[in-house]
Amino acid sequence: MHSFTSLFNRQDWDTIVADIYSKTSEDVETALHNNKRTLEDFKALISPAAAPYLEQMAQLSSALTKKRFGNTMQMFAPMYLSNECQNICTYCGFSVTNKIPRRTLTDVEILKEANFLKNKGYNHILLVTGEANKTVGVDYINKAIKLLNKEFANITIEVQPLDQNDYELLSKNGLYAVLVYQETYHKEEYKKHHPKGKKSNFYYRLETPDRLGKAGVHKIGLGALFGLEDWRADSFYTALHLQYLQKTYWQTKYSISFPRLRPHSGGLEPKVIMEDADLAQLICAYRLLDEDVELSISTRESEKFRNNIINFGITSMSAESKTNPGGYVVEPESLEQFEISDDRSTETITAMLKEKDFEVVWKDWETFSLAPNKHN
Amino acid sequence: MNNSLKIGDKTFTSRLFTGTGKFSSSTVMKDAIVASESELVTVALKRVDIANEDDDILSHLNHSRIHLLPNTSGVRTAKEAVFAAQLSREALETNWVKLEIHPDQKYLLPDPIETLKAAEELVKQGFVVMPYIHADPVLCKRLEDVGVQCVMPLGAPIGSNKGLKTVDFLEIIIAQSNVPVIVDAGIGAPSHAAYAMELGADAVLVNTAIAVSKNPIAMANAFRLAVEAGRLAYTAKLAPTKHTAEASSPLTSFLNA
Repeated sequence: MHSFTSLFNRQDWDTIVADIYSKTSEDVETALHNNKRTLEDFKALISPAAAPYLEQMAQLSSALTKKRFGNTMQMFAPMYLSNECQNICTYCGFSVTNKIPRRTLTDVEILKEANFLKNKGYNHILLVTGEANKTVGVDYINKAIKLLNKEFANITIEVQPLDQNDYELLSKNGLYAVLVYQETYHKEEYKKHHPKGKKSNFYYRLETPDRLGKAGVHKIGLGALFGLEDWRADSFYTALHLQYLQKTYWQTKYSISFPRLRPHSGGLEPKVIMEDADLAQLICAYRLLDEDVELSISTRESEKFRNNIINFGITSMSAESKTNPGGYVVEPESLEQFEISDDRSTETITAMLKEKDFEVVWKDWETFSLAPNKHN
Repeated sequence: MNNSLKIGDKTFTSRLFTGTGKFSSSTVMKDAIVASESELVTVALKRVDIANEDDDILSHLNHSRIHLLPNTSGVRTAKEAVFAAQLSREALETNWVKLEIHPDQKYLLPDPIETLKAAEELVKQGFVVMPYIHADPVLCKRLEDVGVQCVMPLGAPIGSNKGLKTVDFLEIIIAQSNVPVIVDAGIGAPSHAAYAMELGADAVLVNTAIAVSKNPIAMANAFRLAVEAGRLAYTAKLAPTKHTAEASSPLTSFLNA
């Protein structure tokens, strides 16, 4: 079956790294002057040679974002449903090797957490679980979506990769988007970080966006986890993946997230440090490559960084996030996936956004294809 | 000459239609719309909480002169569009709908096949249908045949501010149409709006160019004036343009000798 794998297998990691690091200021200037930018331009814009051009990149990025998205910021909140997981992921607090009590929310608990977020104003929600087929498989997720599709206008999930027919089922019940980060596109490093569990299958994960596209899920969120490998090469692969998907599944929307490794229980030190300036440069490079892709920033990032980066091209953000199941009201002390950095309240964040002349957007979706009972 | 515009059961004095997206706040949005003197304002159904009377956008549009034009942005098929229109008729108490079906997520270009299907069904159900379409003259005639009350061909992709890239086809559409032609999408500057009106468009719809301007209220005013100027120029009949000066008639002057 047609998938990203064939294009992926024609790439060579080392050649890409060499290519990116050999870009010159001339390449960067050419990229900046081009009206339509290619993946070669993207390589120049994420290269060390582009670092001195960051202000110029930021201004271009900001203008392009304003034109396409206006003066708006979409708000969403994550809601962790379970920290049960059968995978070993060296960098993750939920890794099966981390011997800490696990928790999966019941229906009643899910509704309690939902109620808290609704009262805060959230209408777009991101449901997160670990990967534990018996307890939080597709049935559990389907039930959670059905439970919440009357409460929230927009439901996104970040759970284990599923099969196409699973995604079709979830879509029918109101699923809007799926976030699935490849973590790293470096196949051998990927194996090192995911030695056990279903997640150790590199290609099953790599082809997940293809299955999502075929299932007709409205939006697919891509990303790499920064800290595992060279962020520039991983970002190039992500951009390649994005462009492949856009051409293949043209009815689907796309978003990019920028998770940097954060401290967590039983944690791994990042192999590669991505500085704030690097992340700022990357965000601009994505916007200069693609005027339409949504760019999202989470509470992994610091207050200072978030206050400023929103002017660079970010289109959606979360606030006051908890990364543990029941973290908002049900069981604040359960095992969290990672420590967040920006712990300001939703009210503080929205006030900051208004101060900076952003319209805070709580709702930007309506599932018109859903069974009519939703709209009673 | 009667300069008002009639669509469905409504008569408009202003030929500038506006939108509600991309503004930095609902207050700025409202002030800009008031300055534009627009009487028809489109609002994305997916953006508003129609069950909530205090919805921020809707409450700011509660103005006697402003008619709401709900749009179906976000739907991918005719079926979803019809469902969205029904929902909006019930909740917002209007049978007007801006039919937008753009499954293409990158350029938001409209799907002509689904749009025609949905238009036919919605007309049957008693809606005033304003379809957003590519500048395709044949599609305009087909839509007219199924009973839409106007057509809304694009000048350029939504939000691109590129102006009337489709001008040659807009001219054909305007020449052939029996229903009002409203140029929608792509108008990035008052001069583009004036140009569309000079060509004989019945109205224009402008959103991004106003909302994203550094001064949306002044820009709304500028668009208002441009649309009025363009309309006035159209009704006054533009003098023909010439590419060269015509000093004499070297070939035919012998006839008058």
